[in-house]
Amino acid sequence: MRAGTQAQRMTLPFAKPAQIKVKISQWNAIMSEKNKAAGQFIEALPHSIALGMELEELGGGVAVIAMPYDEKLVGDPKTGVVHGGAVSALMDTCCGAAVMSHPSNPAGTATMDLRIEYLRAAKPGERITTKATCYHVTRSVAFVRATATDADAENPVATATGTFTVEGKL
Amino acid sequence: MNTRPRPEPMQVVKERRDKVLRTLVEDVPYIQFLGIQFERRGDELTGILPFKETLIGNPLLPALHGGATAAFLEVTAIITLSWGLIWEDMESGTLDVKTLDADHLPRLPKTIDFTVDYLRSGLPRDAYARARINRSGRRYASVHVEGWQDNRSRLYAQATGHFVMPQRKPVDAG
Repeated sequence: MRAGTQAQRMTLPFAKPAQIKVKISQWNAIMSEKNKAAGQFIEALPHSIALGMELEELGGGVAVIAMPYDEKLVGDPKTGVVHGGAVSALMDTCCGAAVMSHPSNPAGTATMDLRIEYLRAAKPGERITTKATCYHVTRSVAFVRATATDADAENPVATATGTFTVEGKL
Repeated sequence: MNTRPRPEPMQVVKERRDKVLRTLVEDVPYIQFLGIQFERRGDELTGILPFKETLIGNPLLPALHGGATAAFLEVTAIITLSWGLIWEDMESGTLDVKTLDADHLPRLPKTIDFTVDYLRSGLPRDAYARARINRSGRRYASVHVEGWQDNRSRLYAQATGHFVMPQRKPVDAG
């Protein structure tokens, strides 16, 4: 977990900051700063920390977040398979992160609806990686799709579809 | 002549049911990790998610993490379904409660899909949930779960899920 001056400005994702005018040339720099800030914010969510989530990629409406295997996440003690609820939490975090990193620049987001399909049991002992894509944003709603995989990346463990609120734009 | 058997003493009934429920819930690490408890009134279960800091998703509001809410509702659905499966065997004596441990409980139902509808942001306080089994067949079940905090009539989240039911052991079927 990184901390510092960036972390102090972390009202960014969920409170609408003062309107600022920017030149196109500054835009990319600001976007990458914002993604960095969003990344730090996501890495600072208490529940995500408790589940051991690690942000791997963030930007352009796409987020990749991983969750290493841990005994405490087990939902079926007979098989050692991770609980669906833990996968839901990972999916929710990843989808929210994807919305935050979308180029349309939402200042904040909250889950409205999230549907998860559990395709197969994740292999016990393997880390689960989720990739979420925010594929459309309107003035008030963001639409997201996500896939979760274990080491066998060709065969997804779960897929998710979600709609998220858009809290105002930068 | 009275052929009707005498009802069991209340304490015996309560101890049996509470023991089975405890075994079911304490066996799952993720339920323990979230700190979910269950309260029982007859066969009706209420899930309780006592508030703790690690359940927070947005520290600025603060609000419960959507994932914690989803997991809470899913756990409530699975335990309620499983409890329904066990009930009959437990009451008839087919399930030997004295020697009961996690290995002698039926397998848990498996989630096929789960859809959570977030109605309002989860406040940093205890949450409650109750599941209604809309359909429970031999292979599949459909369950609806309602979650609330301060007011029972003001849900903060609700969910619907489909589950594959565990196959009954051949001994039970025969």
